Formats: sequence, structure tokens, C-alpha cells
Amino acid sequence: MAAPPPPDPQFVLRGTQSAVHALHFCGGAQGQGHPLLLSGSLSGLVHIWSLQTRRAVATLDGHEGQCVTWLQTLPQGHQLLSQGRDLKLCLWDLAEGRNAVVDSVRLESIGFCRGSVLARGHQHWTLAVPGRGSDEVQILEMPSKTSVCTLKPEADAKPGMPMCLELWQANSSPRPLLLAGYEDGSVALWDVSERKVCSRIACHTEPVMALDFDSQKARGVSGSAEKALAVWSLDEQQALQALRTQELTNPGIADVKIRPDRKILATAGWDHRIRVFHWWTMKPLAVLAFHSATVHCVAFATDGLLAAGSRDQRISVWSLYPRT
Amino acid sequence: MDPALSAVRLSVREAVHTLSSEDGGRIFSTLGSLKRYLGQTENPALPGEQEEFARVHFSAFLRCLVSKLSPDWLELLPDGQLEELWASFFLEGPADQAFLVLMESIEGTAGPSFRLMKMAQLLARFLSAGRMAAVLEGQCWQHTESASPLLQEMLLIRVVGLPDRLGNRLQRESLAVFLPQNYFPLLGEEIVRVLQAVVDSLRGGLDCSVSFVSQVLGKACVHGRQKEILGVLVPRLTALTQGSCLWQRVCWRLVERVPDRAMEAVLTGLVEAAPGPEVLSRLLGNLVMNSRKAQFVLTQKLLFLQYRCTTPMLQSLLGYLATDSQRRPLLVQALKELLETWGSSSAVRHTPLPQQRYVSKAVLICLVHLGDAELHDSRDELLASLMAGVKCRLDSSLPPVRRLGMVVAEVASTRIHPEGPPLRFQYEEDELSREMLALATSRPAADGSLETGPSVPPVAADTPDKEPEESDIPQPRPDGSDSELDSDDEFVPYDMSGDQELKSSKAPMYVRDCVEALTTSENWERWEAALRALEGLVFRSPAATREVSVELAKVLLHLEEKTSVAGFEGLRQRALVAVTVTDPARVAKYLTSQFYALNYSLRQRMDILDVLTLAAQELSRPGRLGRAPQRGSPGPASQPSSAVAPTWRAVVEERIRSKTRRFSKGSAGRGPAAGPNEFNSVAGYFFFPLIQHFDRPLVTFDLLGDDQLVLGRLAHTLGALMYLAVNTTVAVPMGKALLEFVWALRFHGDAYVRRGLLSAVSSVLLSVPAERLLADLPDELLEARAWLADVAEKDPDEDCRLLAVKALLLLEKLKDKLLPLSFP
Repeated sequence: MAAPPPPDPQFVLRGTQSAVHALHFCGGAQGQGHPLLLSGSLSGLVHIWSLQTRRAVATLDGHEGQCVTWLQTLPQGHQLLSQGRDLKLCLWDLAEGRNAVVDSVRLESIGFCRGSVLARGHQHWTLAVPGRGSDEVQILEMPSKTSVCTLKPEADAKPGMPMCLELWQANSSPRPLLLAGYEDGSVALWDVSERKVCSRIACHTEPVMALDFDSQKARGVSGSAEKALAVWSLDEQQALQALRTQELTNPGIADVKIRPDRKILATAGWDHRIRVFHWWTMKPLAVLAFHSATVHCVAFATDGLLAAGSRDQRISVWSLYPRT
Repeated sequence: MDPALSAVRLSVREAVHTLSSEDGGRIFSTLGSLKRYLGQTENPALPGEQEEFARVHFSAFLRCLVSKLSPDWLELLPDGQLEELWASFFLEGPADQAFLVLMESIEGTAGPSFRLMKMAQLLARFLSAGRMAAVLEGQCWQHTESASPLLQEMLLIRVVGLPDRLGNRLQRESLAVFLPQNYFPLLGEEIVRVLQAVVDSLRGGLDCSVSFVSQVLGKACVHGRQKEILGVLVPRLTALTQGSCLWQRVCWRLVERVPDRAMEAVLTGLVEAAPGPEVLSRLLGNLVMNSRKAQFVLTQKLLFLQYRCTTPMLQSLLGYLATDSQRRPLLVQALKELLETWGSSSAVRHTPLPQQRYVSKAVLICLVHLGDAELHDSRDELLASLMAGVKCRLDSSLPPVRRLGMVVAEVASTRIHPEGPPLRFQYEEDELSREMLALATSRPAADGSLETGPSVPPVAADTPDKEPEESDIPQPRPDGSDSELDSDDEFVPYDMSGDQELKSSKAPMYVRDCVEALTTSENWERWEAALRALEGLVFRSPAATREVSVELAKVLLHLEEKTSVAGFEGLRQRALVAVTVTDPARVAKYLTSQFYALNYSLRQRMDILDVLTLAAQELSRPGRLGRAPQRGSPGPASQPSSAVAPTWRAVVEERIRSKTRRFSKGSAGRGPAAGPNEFNSVAGYFFFPLIQHFDRPLVTFDLLGDDQLVLGRLAHTLGALMYLAVNTTVAVPMGKALLEFVWALRFHGDAYVRRGLLSAVSSVLLSVPAERLLADLPDELLEARAWLADVAEKDPDEDCRLLAVKALLLLEKLKDKLLPLSFP
């Protein structure tokens, strides 16, 4: 049977006027209107796109013209976190059409590392951001902004800067865990409350650019500047184990995301291409060659829609392998 | 005179006399009394009398019985009693005489008649009662005494020729049992019974001979009935000879006594019917050592003079030679001769490909059977023939012949010269090479499995290769089973062929930039990008290309693959074709001049030919102007709109069609737009320079000598150019020149060259208008026709014969086309 030709995007969002560095889907599921897509651009603006009209409904300007690297809505209410390279993490209130910064956190690191957030009960959430020291990760309790701890690797480890963070919590225990990808290509699992590294593996030889973790299957995937994706798993003793690597045609992965239903995953490539893999078997499913410049970020909506933002100032939205 | 004997004579005469009477009761009783002499009644006659009756009177009496046969006569007594009695004489008396009388009377009866049918039915009863075994058996005992050769000969002819004779006589009325496909299996069964009787009597210490049975078997096989008779005989004998020395000896004797002239037919049939070497060995014994004829058939005729044996037959035959230490020298000898044949350059050139395959297979099978020590003894000789064969095979211009050489060389060299460095060739695997390699790796079922008998199929060799493959398939499944394991059906991968490495440097935008990049650039990415972009650029800017066309062609022709670029050959060729199409006259002039220039490799010369053909094809393609630029390299990114467009267009057209009422339906599609053949004006530049210099050898390039591969390509190219010049004005002089070219080379020894010439003739016939052919080239046509007829009949190469037949058909068509003109 001949393979079907590569698909085309469902639609393309233009108008950010600068490279797109962060994407995030929000809404839709809770029945509060139509789903929205948030995009953060190099020029410091956050655009809010309606997926129904396919137009930008609002623009948030809070990062003084510096690149927005991370966007995340909080589970309760219309609150948005945006991280910018102006060393500020803004908390926006978007309820009822408002778009005002209600709070902001001063960041200490000027790296590209994106933060991570973990909701812990009503109005409580834990935030992980790169810390003051170049190899530190800072854990904050929000919204009180109290610094809980600083995760600093042991003196002889020298993993370099943290490049990507993922806070999560196992179903069985309430202790928050943090997965961090470092500059030396290793991925480490931190037990946040004990401030120690549970396990660490060297997956890559280049800095880890992105990682995503499937807590149900205890399996994660990481992408780096090299030509391979690494898949690793976590066993009962909280030890990371490398499972396999998936070779790619071109080097450089800027972002990797697993679809919420954990069937497929998508990567954003420096080679202008979005790659889609079957999450369980890592079988390559599609190579989407639409963008004409580096793809910086990918995001999945809860209904399975895939969005990718690129340096060519376009956001492509794809509907692949729809959920049944 | 002995009174007893005269009494017999008297009673017979009396009986004959009585038969003429009309009294049914009396006839019945007389016949009944005569049956005493057959010895199966309660008070049989004295043995002496019986013998006398059988020897002297029986035939005559039977003839008399036959002559009396008529409907009235049979009805003299009710219920067919008389007929039953009458038949019993034939069925119970001495079988050979009864058989001969039956045959004689059937043959003597003219035309269909009551008597004929009765006799035929009687013969059928005779056969079904198993009397044929009695006929044969009789000849086994008789040998000591009065075995008259004349009688035996007569009997032999009748026994084997029965189906033919009956068929002749009975025509459509013939009974099923007389049809060869039924009769010969029956004969086979009877032979087994006779042999059983022989074995029994040998056990009892009686002497007897199977030579008559051998003759019957031989004659049946000579008549081409091996399949029928041996198909029955061999499985039975296989079973019977297993574990019985006596049976084996009888069997050996049976084959040994086959007359020389029938030996080949019998042996071929046996080799075909035997399921494996060990069975063959049981059936034949050491026949090959005792009988010169058998030795000739098995070691020469089946191997060298024919090539019709299937691979299992070959395996049986050579395995047979290998199973006994006495016979192994023959196998070594056979291998030597096989390799000699394999290595002879004349054989490579003049024998058809199937025979070469056959010999190669035989070589490989021999190698499997021979031990290292045996090979070592005659290593030098074997290696010499092998290497000679490899050399002339690799020189061949036919890929299958080359591949054959490589496969055999690899396998044979590792066996003959195991210490030496292994020969390794690169060849594409195909069915044949896999089959050959399987032959070479399959160990003969010689030692352990010898007793497992015929159930071991010889094709089992390649099964072990498959198993690991199958077990590989589930491997991509991840470790650990998960209930969520999705069936992959819903995740059908999209086409990912476009996923190539990203190039950093930009492709040049102008043809001149490309030329510069290709000649001077040390930046390989830029070089490659230039090469990739070139074809599209040439088509997009023909005017700019014309300015540098010859220079560009020169650069491309000399371009070497300095880095490993995927698809380099294709890119270069397409670019060259594009340049040639854009500026045909000048580039073709340049290329054809370079074809005969010094200091080019054969590869480059063949590239020139290919490019000229492809360019001519492009130029002569109708309607090429409309869409020529589209042939550029595929765009780097997919265009989202292109896939969508056809669907909406289809929808719109469908909508229009449904809303429009048409009064008449014309043909929906228009034919391709007519246009001038662009090749017309430049065909001469392509063709004539190529055809002019082929007979002038250069220091580095000798078309009529070693470089016959290029000559073959040249012939093919000229043929293609001729074909593409259809409907042009130069077709007639081109055809004339091409026929002269063909005439000069028609007896070339290389099959590939001849194929080229034949296809060139065909294209002349297709391209030159029929009237002009007849008016301008009548003599050439006649000569070509004679040559074609000759090739079609005698050429060793199958493709050549086929091409010649096709050309002849074209000639015939030409004649048909012209005839109505001359005789309106």
C-alpha cells in the first residue's frame, strides 16, 4: 500500500509580525467559550487567537519587547503565566476580557530555560524556574512567591545550565518531582522535597533542548541539538533508564510534546520540519514540511489539534490522526 | 507317431469340424472337452498332451474360433454360454499365443464390425484379467529353450504398440483401457507383478531372465511413454527395493538389459521419476560403470548435449554419481568437463542463456557433492577453467551472463580454493542468483538422511533462511505488553520521502552561476546545490542557456562525482539532456564529436549516447512546448494549494455538467494539440556524426574490437534516433545509412550488438515511409529480410530471435500495406 502524501495544515495563523517562540492552547474543554491559542513572539507580544474565527482576539504586551519563551495557563480560572527574556514572569488575569498583569516574578537567569508549573490544590501551585546560579533550579510556592528551595547539583556533577524543566507528581505520592534537562545532555530527576537527585542519565551529547514526560506510562522523551530523540523510562526505584534513541534526518529539536491522549508525539525541528511519531513504538508517522524557517515550538490541544510556531512568523495548525 | 499326440490332433480336428455345425449343444460339449487340454478342468489331460496342444494346435484352434465368431453363432445357445466358453479359451490358454491371435485378428478385421468389437472387448478383458503379466512372464522362463527371437520381436512390437494399433483399427470406438495414458500404467503394474514373480522364483532357486521385460520397458520409453510407465513403476520399485538386496539386483538387471538404443530414454525417464539420488542409486546400481552407453548418457548427454533437465533432476543425477565411491571419479571428471565448458569463451558466445544456466547449476551441484580432498587433487585445472570462464563472462555485455559468472565464481572459488582470499562481486540479487546460491549451500542429503527416503524434497534448502526473518517481524514491538497497545492500523504513516537533509547554502539563481559553481567551487554544498538547480534553471531561461550551452555541456560531461551525492548520475544526465534540448544543434554537434574523441572513458561515451537519445525523445515529444518547464526539480516545500485545486475544480465541473443540457454528446476529451516535430530540423546533427566513424579505431577506443558494449549501445541509440525521426524529412537518408551500418555488422559475435542491430532494422521499417523504402532501398530490404530470416531461425540468443521475428512481421505488414496500392 502506498503511503498517503504528507498532509497540509488545517489552517495557518499569520500576523504575529515576528518569530513565534511559545504556543499554548487553552480553554474549550471547560465549556467556557471556544478554545483559544496563545502565542508568544520574539517581539514580546502575546497573541490570543480564536480558533473559531482564526483571528487574533487580543494582544498582551508585558515583556518590554523581549522574547516570550513560555506560556502556560493555570488550571483554575483565566490566569496566564508568561515568561519573557526581560527576566520577568508575568501572571495575567484574562477573565471576562481583562488582560492585565496581576503579578510578576523576578527571574534571575537569562537563559532560554522554560519554567514549569504544577498545580497543588485550589489556588496553590508550585513553580520551577531557572535559578540565580547558572546550574540552579529555583522552586517557588505560588501565589505567595515564597522560594521553597533551590536545587543545586552536587559540586562534582557539573551538568551545566538547566535547559528544560518538567514538574510532575506521581499518582501514588504527593511529593513533587522535577525532571530537568541539562546543558551536558543529561536528564536528571529531582525529588523536590528532599532536594536531591534521584537519578540521572546521559541521553545526549549535546544540550537537552526539550523534554516531555508521560507520567502514566512513566516514560519520557527528550530532544537535543543532535540528530536523535532519546526515550527513557522511570522504574519503581525512581531510576531513569534509557530505552532507545530515534535517529532523525537533521539535527536539532527545539521542542517536543506528547499529545494529551498519549498516542503520538510531535517535535519542532531546526530543520523547519515538524515530525510526528507514534508515542509507544516511536514509529515515524509524518514529516510536516510547511515552515520555511526553524520551528520553535509545538503544542497540542486537548482535542488533539497540533500547532507549531516558527521563525517564519507563521503558526500552522494541523489535525492529524484525530482522536476517535 | 506318438499315439497320445495324434489323439490330440484328432480331437482338435474333430472340434474344428464340429464348430462349423449348427448344433449349439454339440459345439458346447466339444469345446468343453477340448478345455481339458488347458488343464483347468477336474480331469485334465496328460501333461504331454497339454503341451502338445499348447505348442502345435492352440494358435490354429484360436484362429478357427475367431473365424467362427458371428452373432448367429453365439446365439446357438442361450444366455451367452457359448460366448463365455469361447472367451475362456483366450483367457485361460497360453497367454502369448492368445495375445498374438487376438492382435492379429483385430488387425486383420477390416473396418468396424461385430467381430471387431467383440475381439476388442475380449482384449480388454484379457488385459483387465492381468493376462499381460502372463505374456511377459512367459518370456522370462523361455529364455533357455526355444526363445525364438522372431516371436519375441513380434510380441514386443505388439505389446508396446497395442495402443497405436488398437487406435488405428477402432478409431473413435476405442476403449478407455487402450488409450496410452491408461494402458502404459497398466503395463507398469504388470511389469511389477512379473518382477515379483521373478523375485519369487529366484528365491526358490529357479533361473530366469528379465531381458524381455527390459525390452518392453525400453521400447515403451522410446515411444515417449516414460511418464506413464515409470510413473507407476518407480514408486513401486522404490518401495520394493528398500531393504531387499534381491529386489535391487533384479532392478539393476532390468535396467542393464535395456537395449542400448533405448537406454537414453529409460535413463532420462528414471532420472526424472526418481525422487532423489539415493533412490536413483538403488534403482540403477553401478550401471554407469558397467554400461558404456549408460555412462555416455548420464555423464555426457544429459549434462552437455541437452539442457532440459530440471534442477531436481540434475540433483538426482549428480547425487547418484556421488553416492558410491566407485562412481565418484566420474563425478570429478564431470565437474572438470563442466567447468571446461563453462570456461570456454566460444561456449559463452554461442550457447543460449538457459544452457549456460544449466551448466552453471550442474557445476554448483557437483561442488556441493565433492569433498575438499577430491577438489584439491585437480585444483589447478579447475581454477584455470573457472578463471577463464569468469573473465569471458564478465566481458559479456549481457547482464544475466555477467551475473551468472559472478555467482558461480564466488561459490566455486570458495570451494576450490578455500584458503585464498574470497572472491566477492557486487550484483543485484534476483530469483536466479538466489536459487543458485541455495543450490550451493544445500548440503546433499548424503549421510544421515539417506534412509529417510524419497520424502525429502530437494527445495528445502532455502527454508532456514526465512525463519529468522519471520521472527524478526514482531521485534519492533516494545518490551512489555500494555493493554493500551494500539493497533497500528489507525496510525498509517504518511509519505516521508521528502525528508532529506537540509542544505545550508543557497542554490544559484542563474545558469552562469551554476557553471561557475560547478567548475571552480570548492564548497561542496554549493556545488551540489548548483547541480540540483541546473535542470530547472536551464528550462526556465533558455536564452541564457544558449549563450553558454556548449561550455555547460562540456562541464557536465567532464563532471566527476567528487562527493557522494545521492542521485548524481541522474542529476547530471537530466541537466545534460536539458541543455541539449534547449540548444540541440550546437550541443549535439559537440557531443557527437566528443563521442569519437580521444581520452574519454567508456562510461562517458555511453553517457553521451544516453543523453542524445533522451534529448531526441524530448524534442520529438508532441506538445512538449506546453509543459516543458514543469520538469524541473521538485519544489522544496509542498504547495498546500496544489492538492486542493483538483478537488474544487472537479466539484465545479460536476456542478456545471449537472446544470447544462446538451443536445448531442461529442467526444469529451480533445486529442493532444498537433505541432511540428522539433526533432525534424536537428535529427541530422544527432545521427550522422555518430554513424560515420564507427569503423575507425582509436588508440583508446576500438568499437569493433574490445569495446563491443559501447558498440551495442551505439546500435541501440541509432535505432532509437531513427525511430524518433519518424515523419521527418531526413528519415530516408537516415534509414539508408542505418541499413548500411547494420549490414556491415550483421554477423557480430556479441548478442547485445545484434539485438541493437535488429531493433535498428525495426525502427527503420517503422520510421521510413513505406513507398520510399520500396523505391529507394529495395536491395537493402531484400538483404535485410534474408538476414532476419536467418537470425530468426538460427541465432543462439533468444531475444535476438524474438527481435528478428518482430522485424519480419513489420516487413510483412509493410508488404500488406503496399499490395493494395499496386493491385487496386
